[in-house]
Amino acid sequence: MPAPHLGAALRCPGDADVPDEREVRGPAVPLAADPDAALVVRLRDGDEAAFMSLVERHAAAMLRVASMYVPKAVAEEVVQDTWIGVLQGIARFEGRSSLKTWIFSILMNRVRTQGQRERRSVPFSALADATADQEPALPPDRFLSADHPEWPHHWARPPESWGDSPEERLLSAEVRSEIQRAIDALPPGPREVITLTDVEGWSTDEVCGLLGITPNNQRVLLHRARSKVRQALEGYFAGGVD
Amino acid sequence: MPPSNEMSCRDLVELVTEYLEGTLPAADRVQFEEHLATCPPCEAYLQQMRQTIQAMGRLPRETISEDAMHGLLEIFRNWKREPPA
Repeated sequence: MPAPHLGAALRCPGDADVPDEREVRGPAVPLAADPDAALVVRLRDGDEAAFMSLVERHAAAMLRVASMYVPKAVAEEVVQDTWIGVLQGIARFEGRSSLKTWIFSILMNRVRTQGQRERRSVPFSALADATADQEPALPPDRFLSADHPEWPHHWARPPESWGDSPEERLLSAEVRSEIQRAIDALPPGPREVITLTDVEGWSTDEVCGLLGITPNNQRVLLHRARSKVRQALEGYFAGGVD
Repeated sequence: MPPSNEMSCRDLVELVTEYLEGTLPAADRVQFEEHLATCPPCEAYLQQMRQTIQAMGRLPRETISEDAMHGLLEIFRNWKREPPA
């Protein structure tokens, strides 16, 4: 019997929330090349340690991704629900995508379902954002005008110095929260892309697969996001709280 | 006055992601690096961008609560008892 708080947790196989692997976008990874391959085999055999290893490897990123769309408390439920989907589907997992790509596509389906349940609009607007009018990386007044006689479009206000050893300061808790605040303040598309690419360290293929965007879109969004985060840090290091 | 086809600081700032991701066409890459070699502010900008990216890769990980972890173990044990046919 499922534990009471799990509700209708254990559903029958074929659950519509578990995407058909053939429809999961993302890089095709031969099972042998998937870092999770050995764990897949052991998990099918009911190896608890293998399950816990997978949870350890992916749960933190799953929580971060889910937290972009739903409140933290709901995100934990979504993550738990995703693992139920993983267990239900693992027997049919053939390694057409990497296990990671498959797990996160289940997660995204769960996030969407949850968003509908709560009548929240879950944006997933990476694509719309990537094709929107592009604003420049920096405010135009940072540069000299196009008709400047000597230095057209060169710096009017060069980057502020970050001091002698910014590496250390960048690791401080205060700067870390500044970075997180800057990321949280981004529009959905750039925020999704920078979180997966720079915070979680996913490859371009993995990011594009999950968000359904092209590598070109991904770079446009990444560029916008990184420019904003650097600018926020520049403001921070310059001593202003902006 | 620099020739009009020369890469400006503003251009460089817009190409910095393509440069760092290795997707800048070879000809642009050469211009990009030539510009950097003679422009300390752009060099500083690139350096800050690298530091920003590195710092984002070191943000603390989210952790799932102990309760959630226990919940997952329970889910696993239930699944193992009643695996789908």
